[in-house]
Amino acid sequence: MAQTTRVSPAAAEGPGAGELVARGRGRYNVLTRYDRRVLAVMVGVPLLLDLVLIWWPTLTSVYYSLTNWDGIGDITAQNFIGLKNYTFLLSGGYFQFWPAVAHNLIWLAWLTFIATPLGIFFAVLLDREIKGSRFYQSVFYLPVVLSLVVVGFIWELQFAPTDGFINNAFGIAHSSKIIDWLGNPHINLFAILVAASWRHVGYMMVIYLAGLKSVDPTLREAAKVDGANEVQTFFRVIFPVMAPINTVIVVLTAIESLRAFDLAYIINQGKNGLELLSILVTNNSISESTRVGFGSAIAVILLVVSLGPIITFLTQAMRPARS
Amino acid sequence: MGEPEFEIPYTDLKLALDMGLSRRDILKIAAYGSLAAFIAACGGSTNTNTNTSITATGGKLAIGSYQSDSVPKKALADLVNNFSSSNGGTKVTINTVDHGTFQNQITSYLQGTPEDVFTWFSGHRMRFFASKGLATPIDDVWNAVKGNFTEGFANSVKGDDGHVYAIPSSYYPWAIFYRKDVFAQHNYSVPTNWDDFKALCAKMKTDGLIPIAFADKDGWPAMGTFDILNLRLNGYDFHVGLCTGTQKWNDPKVTAVFKKWAEIVPYYSPAFAGLTWQQAADQLLKKQAGMYLLGLFVSQEFLASGSQADLAQLDFFPFPHVGSQYDSEEALDAPIDVYMVTKKSPTLSANLGQAKAFMEYVAKGSAQTQFYVESPGAIPTANDADQSKYDPLTKKAAQIVSNAKRITQFFDRDSRPDFAGPNGMQQFLLKYLSNASADTTSLQSDMQKFWDSLGPE
Repeated sequence: MAQTTRVSPAAAEGPGAGELVARGRGRYNVLTRYDRRVLAVMVGVPLLLDLVLIWWPTLTSVYYSLTNWDGIGDITAQNFIGLKNYTFLLSGGYFQFWPAVAHNLIWLAWLTFIATPLGIFFAVLLDREIKGSRFYQSVFYLPVVLSLVVVGFIWELQFAPTDGFINNAFGIAHSSKIIDWLGNPHINLFAILVAASWRHVGYMMVIYLAGLKSVDPTLREAAKVDGANEVQTFFRVIFPVMAPINTVIVVLTAIESLRAFDLAYIINQGKNGLELLSILVTNNSISESTRVGFGSAIAVILLVVSLGPIITFLTQAMRPARS
Repeated sequence: MGEPEFEIPYTDLKLALDMGLSRRDILKIAAYGSLAAFIAACGGSTNTNTNTSITATGGKLAIGSYQSDSVPKKALADLVNNFSSSNGGTKVTINTVDHGTFQNQITSYLQGTPEDVFTWFSGHRMRFFASKGLATPIDDVWNAVKGNFTEGFANSVKGDDGHVYAIPSSYYPWAIFYRKDVFAQHNYSVPTNWDDFKALCAKMKTDGLIPIAFADKDGWPAMGTFDILNLRLNGYDFHVGLCTGTQKWNDPKVTAVFKKWAEIVPYYSPAFAGLTWQQAADQLLKKQAGMYLLGLFVSQEFLASGSQADLAQLDFFPFPHVGSQYDSEEALDAPIDVYMVTKKSPTLSANLGQAKAFMEYVAKGSAQTQFYVESPGAIPTANDADQSKYDPLTKKAAQIVSNAKRITQFFDRDSRPDFAGPNGMQQFLLKYLSNASADTTSLQSDMQKFWDSLGPE
């Protein structure tokens, strides 16, 4: 910051520009009063927004989660029920809780082992500058531009049992072999995971492709000279070099699966095989059902689970670049 | 979750110009240079023609509406225009919000800065917000208009404290719909008892039809079948007890409902758990299905996807008797839609008179008839509604409701929302339907456990 101060033209116009201001007890402050004001605004405004928009809702959620408040009127002493919401949830008292946890985990596993590797695979292919790679790049990236709500509508049209594309393409829409992609609790989660992957693959592809482009080409050449084949080059040379990107990819995948909400909510409001933690929060606390305290407890559990990948992501992203 | 869709409300200026403010007037006002005069002219503070002390003319009124589909939305806009011109040019703004979003956000809506008047439902859903102090009682309005309503409607708008909180605007029955031409073609006759009903289902199946169209992706349609079977088998009192928690879900009487239901589930549309009610209605429309238990609003899908000729073929019959002592109640679900006055509206203190004038207006048969003609699918509630304007289906619908000795609203309007929601009753019924012939003991005990886990209301 001090470095910027010296060259900043704005600061130069300020009082005492370029001077080191003597402060009490013989300490010198490299920041002028003007600098400090600018600093206060630039740090203060984001900090205030952060406090109001992030920390306040988070802490109130934790607070609500200790109550049985119904969202109407004031919270009184009778509303406080301690950790009862948590013990009730974790002991399986709410029949939808553990299925929702399981579905979030399946979501995570699917994205980690199927969608993300596929995205990486596409990125590696496109990095080889094959013919029309720009075209393919756009095609795979297109779904990422769409909001998940739109993705949900698009795929609902594909999966709808009687008038959807898939069943009609296979000619089973009006036969006894009809497949209930959306209503069968054993398969509807995988149906919407296909929809989620449709978007996720493009997302991962673009991030990985950006990473691949920044890999030093001499590494490849060196590998070639040493007689490594394509597969060996990727797994022994490129992949390890890409370590920071790999972490980002893994963490983004984890975050994507924890915040999964839109698709399941569009299909059937998250029931009958599509229960997810985020949907339980919504359906319990900000729907017509007014179990704000209970829904907040689920939200806090989701928050605690999310902290793992979030902290990993931040430490990775904030780590100073090593030369 | 979908973003709330706030429609652009009426441009008030246009309305204000319509109320006799000519171009010259505006110039004159501008010449006076008095902003106050302009506001007064727009605001219509000339409340000279007040017939009763509780209502006020002119002024302003804000309405929060869930009528987000184009047809009812237009009908409400016209109703409001008529009200405005009959009420000294009251400047009305309508805030239309997507139907589902409006419902989901009702609790925060009513506690925040709601409009003065809002569209809502009768039943527990009305009484709940009334008892939480989020609605304004309108006994004075009701006293002025109650002669225009039957006893049943009078009961449907009373809160737990005995005060009146709503004006019923329309209602519709749930019944079994069918196509007259399909029944004529196959020589089917309308079944009146359970055995005939099942025999008809079996016959339809051999004729290559889906006997009963059914769709439950959205979770709520199945509640209609639960309601009617419970009413037929166990009677009105037990059903209401179950909805309100005085009866238990692990009662053998509930087991009997599930057992009876399992007899017709094999006749349902294939893949029903993935279909919307519109898709099932299309099966009936396209003569793929024989019957469909749904509300009168199924006619909307006939109009939207079919022709007027298709609509003319649509008919219905009440759910068959099941041979219990409660058959004679002829009970059915007939949900009532209402208008209510909010409590926390920031403009309500200024607009209460206009709000009450609007409530009086929507209690008029003429207003309800106008709405019905533009947006059929629900029946007017007022006694003096012009029944000659009803189509045959509506006339018959009004008939079966008046034959009913007991009327319920619908499960999600009669029971608490946290039980009836997607992660409660809707999920339980979907689970039941996925294997209807299985033993329901553990399902029922889960239902009761879930009910018991809900806090006090």
